[in-house]
Amino acid sequence: MAKRLDLKDVDIYYGDFHAVAGVNLSVAPRSVTSFIGPSGCGKSTVLRTLNRMHEEIPGARVDGEVLLDGEDIYDRGADAVAVRRTIGMVFQRPNPFPTMSIRDNVVAGLKLAGVRDKKKLDEVCEASLRGANLWKEVSGRLDKPGGGLSGGQQQRLCIARAIAVAPDVLLMDEPCSALDPISTLAIEDLIADLKKDYTIVIVTHNMQQAARVSDQTAFFNLEATGKPGKLVEIDDTEKIFSNPKEQATEDYISGRFG
Amino acid sequence: MSADAQRSGAGPSGTATGLDAPDRPANGPTFQALSTGRKIKNHAATVLVTLAFLIALVPLVWVLVTVVGRGVGAILSADWWGRSLNGVLPESYAGGVYHAIYGTLIQALLAAVIAVPIGIAAAVYLVEYGRGRLARTTSFMVDILAGVPSIVAALFVFAAFISIMGGVQSAFMVSLALVLLMLPVVIRNTEEMLRLVPDELREASYALGIPKWKTIIRIVLPTALSGTVTGVMLALARVMGETAPVLVLVGYSQSINFDPFSGNMASLPLLMFSELSNPEPAGQYRIWGAALTLILIIMILQLGASVVSRFSAISK
Ligand SMILES: Nc1ncnc2c1ncn2[C@@H]1O[C@H](COP(=O)(O)OP(=O)(O)OP(=O)(O)O)[C@@H](O)[C@H]1O
Ligand SMILES: [Mg+2]
Repeated sequence: MAKRLDLKDVDIYYGDFHAVAGVNLSVAPRSVTSFIGPSGCGKSTVLRTLNRMHEEIPGARVDGEVLLDGEDIYDRGADAVAVRRTIGMVFQRPNPFPTMSIRDNVVAGLKLAGVRDKKKLDEVCEASLRGANLWKEVSGRLDKPGGGLSGGQQQRLCIARAIAVAPDVLLMDEPCSALDPISTLAIEDLIADLKKDYTIVIVTHNMQQAARVSDQTAFFNLEATGKPGKLVEIDDTEKIFSNPKEQATEDYISGRFG
Repeated sequence: MSADAQRSGAGPSGTATGLDAPDRPANGPTFQALSTGRKIKNHAATVLVTLAFLIALVPLVWVLVTVVGRGVGAILSADWWGRSLNGVLPESYAGGVYHAIYGTLIQALLAAVIAVPIGIAAAVYLVEYGRGRLARTTSFMVDILAGVPSIVAALFVFAAFISIMGGVQSAFMVSLALVLLMLPVVIRNTEEMLRLVPDELREASYALGIPKWKTIIRIVLPTALSGTVTGVMLALARVMGETAPVLVLVGYSQSINFDPFSGNMASLPLLMFSELSNPEPAGQYRIWGAALTLILIIMILQLGASVVSRFSAISK
């Protein structure tokens, strides 16, 4: 369960384009870390290197070390599939599998990994849906297609799907950007809940959200277009929002950015 | 006259840009009634488009009326669907074409059995794995194959499998030629369907720790299934009417032959062709009957395709 993450001198490239440079940061187990920063500064890029999703893009490459409890996930011997099994991800846009029912969506990870035991699958399905705060809404229609839910419900379904495989770390890329305030609140509550068992990293454009949900906040910035994005500072959320060390952070947070 | 000019000419305020909209007279109506010029143009365009549609419809209806009118007698006769022409004299109206229906179906089916797995695998390769030279070459070959006329496909099979490899003329040789004709259609269509599957689904699957091959088989292909099946059925419908391969690669038989690997075998296009040289009116009768039968079979396939795509369509 919940593991710590350490990034050491991580440089990220898209082909020749140096997207993010020299990131060093640590994420403690059972904590929430949020990434904030202007659009295009590389938050998603960093997040996607944390579970080796970045390398799915042709030409994409990562230098440096990403340690999960001391083990380099980019080690030669490390298998990307195994890494992703330990580090789950929730995407900006809800993406349930359209051909599957709600139940099958939730247990897709287990089923496709070869788990056949119907009783176990049902148990995991219920537990994950409860964990994602969705059980009450869908328990009566588990056999209906997942695409038939509202956007907010779909996003929680995706969270349920991600936690059903019991990862150690959960990455979320703007999970609430397509949602209404009530669904957003539901997901924020959920994050607070999930924190008990998972290490969570979340990207958000919503400062209040970062302030509300995270223990630690990382501010990324771009010096100029075409230059690589950089981690400006990372600190306790309270500090970042009240008394940041860097002027750039202060400017961004107070809206004096530009 | 450009749309803009027309609009500014029509309104009383005469302002082409929205910027000075506040200067509009406060009491005049904001939305003018449709100007007469535009009304006329609108009507003219509607009439033209409708006319073009009707003209396009003429040959279609004509063909359909002719074929149904001349063929319906044959296909309604008692023996049409259940007998062959074994021992039937040219001038006789007796017998049926079930030997030819069987031939058409089995040849298309064998072709599909070979072409569908290869075609889907090739499409999966091109979409999911293909990068660099091999993919570009494959893609180019598929384009070339798509442009090969059926007679060339038939002659190629004749040269390669009969002249060089010593095979015999048979229904199976026809199927091989049909494979060549089906493949590019199946590949291109499946490719298109696979490209429609959003990358987000693949990523969602990878994020669950599901390996790529399993993602393709369990997530990507099922999502693209209905479109793929529809494409296969349409490709089948297309090759069923192909005449060149049956003329070149198999002999005609008046009686049923169940064995696609040896002997002569009839098919609907081949039967029609051989009846062409029959001077008796019964020949005409059978040609139109066979034509209608072929159209019916193809229609059933296309209906099947639309039913499949409706049933397995991505559930909303
Ligand atoms: N697939 C890609 N290929 C090439 N460059 C990319 C790709 N994805 C992102 N980039 C580039 O990498 C940089 C960082 O992008 P990234 O998506 O990480 O930004 P972000 O901080 O998540 O922005 P946002 O807040 O808008 O989501 C940008 O300059 C972007 O153009
Ligand atoms: Mg992003």
